[in-house]
Amino acid sequence: MLRLAPALTLLVMLGPVAAGLAGTLLPAFGVMPALGRIEPGLMPFRDLMAWPGLPRAMALSAGTGLAATALALGLTVLICAGWQGTRAFRWLERALSPLLSVPHAAAAFGLAFLIAPSGWIARAIAPLAGWQRPPDLLILQDPLGLSLIAGLVVKEVPFLLLMTLAALPALRPGQSLATARSLGYGRSTGWLLTVFPRLYPQIRLPVYAVLAFSMSVVDVALILGPNTPPTLSVQVLRWMNDPDLALRLRAAAGALLQLALTVAALGLWRLGEAVVAWLGRRRIASGARGKRDGALRGVSLLLGALSAAAVFLGLAALAVWSLAGFWGFPALLPDALTLKSWMRQGGMLIAPATETLRIALPAVTIALVLVLACLEAEQRHGLRPTQRALWLLYLPLIVPQIAFLPGLQILALVGGIDGTRAAVIAAHVIFVLPYLFLSLSDPYRAWDTRHAAVARALGASPGGVFWRVRLPMLLRPVLTAVAVGCAVSVGQFLPTLLLGGGRVPTLTTEAVALASGGARRVIGVTALAQTAAAFLPFALALLLPALIWRNRRGLRHG
Amino acid sequence: MAEGLRLEDVRISFGRRLLLALDAAVAPGEVLTVMGPSGSGKSTLLAAITGTLAPGFTLEGRILLDGHDITALPPEARRTGILFQDELLFPHLSVGGNLAFGLSPQIRGRAARRARIDAALQEIGLAGFAARDPATLSGGQKARVALMRMLLAEPRALLLDEPFSRLDTALRGQIRALVFGRAKAQGLPVLLVTHDQADADAAGGAVVRL
Repeated sequence: MLRLAPALTLLVMLGPVAAGLAGTLLPAFGVMPALGRIEPGLMPFRDLMAWPGLPRAMALSAGTGLAATALALGLTVLICAGWQGTRAFRWLERALSPLLSVPHAAAAFGLAFLIAPSGWIARAIAPLAGWQRPPDLLILQDPLGLSLIAGLVVKEVPFLLLMTLAALPALRPGQSLATARSLGYGRSTGWLLTVFPRLYPQIRLPVYAVLAFSMSVVDVALILGPNTPPTLSVQVLRWMNDPDLALRLRAAAGALLQLALTVAALGLWRLGEAVVAWLGRRRIASGARGKRDGALRGVSLLLGALSAAAVFLGLAALAVWSLAGFWGFPALLPDALTLKSWMRQGGMLIAPATETLRIALPAVTIALVLVLACLEAEQRHGLRPTQRALWLLYLPLIVPQIAFLPGLQILALVGGIDGTRAAVIAAHVIFVLPYLFLSLSDPYRAWDTRHAAVARALGASPGGVFWRVRLPMLLRPVLTAVAVGCAVSVGQFLPTLLLGGGRVPTLTTEAVALASGGARRVIGVTALAQTAAAFLPFALALLLPALIWRNRRGLRHG
Repeated sequence: MAEGLRLEDVRISFGRRLLLALDAAVAPGEVLTVMGPSGSGKSTLLAAITGTLAPGFTLEGRILLDGHDITALPPEARRTGILFQDELLFPHLSVGGNLAFGLSPQIRGRAARRARIDAALQEIGLAGFAARDPATLSGGQKARVALMRMLLAEPRALLLDEPFSRLDTALRGQIRALVFGRAKAQGLPVLLVTHDQADADAAGGAVVRL
């Protein structure tokens, strides 16, 4: 049974991706029996090419994705290079978990509330600039996608930082850095030349996932991205939601184009890796020491702090708006605070909040059982995880959601399960699984198996070892992985919208649906509720082990 | 010889590489010391006897305990007690919980089990320690709890994987005497693997070098 777990897991995770791609492929080439089209042809692509916004939408997708990824990676690396092992770095580390748990949509709304012409930043400089009314600037949803890039960077830096921190200890960066510095290299330069070349292969897959995600993200682009035209993935979603079913064909063609665009961008990135490596080797050969890195370190810390502050202040802005009475423009704070918005909206949020929970709980449970079965099978049967298995794990994170979810929706339609909670749960499992696995696999594999040997010698069966020794000892990492899974599920927008057929409202779909309107108080309430739903499991994952193991010093620090 | 632990033409290989070959017998109450540098497969030999050999290793030959062939039995059915260099007390259980994990299920009833555990703690000079967190014990106390946990499972042989090397010199002699004394008193065959000549000398039995 257990031996089959890895195969079953791959099926649950990659089956829908493959089926969804196939389901996108057919209509993209004009085959859609539901519309009476069975003759394959290139009509949908011709139709797509004829759309005047296409070049710009493609350029926006590629440009914002590449820029956001490069900026997020650059910032992550510079922060580590300049500050690893310092007190400032530990502060950033502490801010990491809360930053990670904030859903993308909530962070995007928060950022919007900061940088909008009537946002906090404008209010703060209004007295200096003499503004009586919000300045007439197109900051939000700017045509170049700059605010979209900013929204992506503030959420992707914490993710890349987390992946870096997980990979770093095995590389013994302290030793390398000490050696380099004793040879006269500056701190940042020494780190970049000795640690980064070994680090990058370890974080390459997460970087690819960030690139693919940033290029094709829908919810953040709906909130912060440009409108006429929007990014390609947003436009595909518009066509998908159009009452004219014939536009589904164009949407499918667009989805395939998005996939091709992502593959092309990944290729370009790969090329960039080679160029950077070549430049790095030349730099190393030159022997230049790069001793004066004070300015670089200052800038990287400032930008890192700014990026974290953007998320936290954004949440604060959401909170203040959710409590605001009348709030005229240049005023920094509202005239009065009131619970009116919460009372009015709170009742309406109960249904989507319950739905969010009813989706997250089964999705995370299914994923957790599969992941534990995989890891236990690995242990008992001595299966060695290969690099290829890691690629497969990252596949659902690298194939753009917009490329295969439309096809999956069509299949669900054919199967008669579209618009059901079960379909949404199955779609969530695809994305919860990889994150849960990545979160749990390291602590699970690091567990000292001599505990199992002792327990077996004392008469415990393999199942007894699992339930009575291993799970209790790994309670903290298991709960953390569950929290990660919950946060991923809570934050899912596109799978919920498409597989739910718009009939399964969660906190995330409700929040993103508010993007086109200007109801700031409602947005504040909804986005905060969404954040709370994602954050609560993390709080429990911290609290429960501390309570349960309060008298067990050996388990206090996991 | 039917009693005791017998390794009959045991050969352990990893892939096609032969790691070690051994033919030996340990009578009840006696100690066989296996010495060798690290990497010589000492711990692998013990894993083969407890039945927790990692996948990839192959075992040929037979392992007999009191005349029964245990080579194919699952670890939990072999009744081979093992002590490692680290005490490996389960950190999520109390001291009493650790002992209860080892105590044979034949002893039934809460009160009876509780009484047996309290008596066991008394035997090792730790009366009243049942509710304690194992992480708060000293090294010597942990070693004694680990030994008692193993003995409560009523093993028929004792396997020692350098169990004294982490203790400081004063404590080492004391724990060594306790372990060997208990083994002799209960008539258990002991297989000790170590790289420390002093351990071998204290054990006093036959020595095999790998």
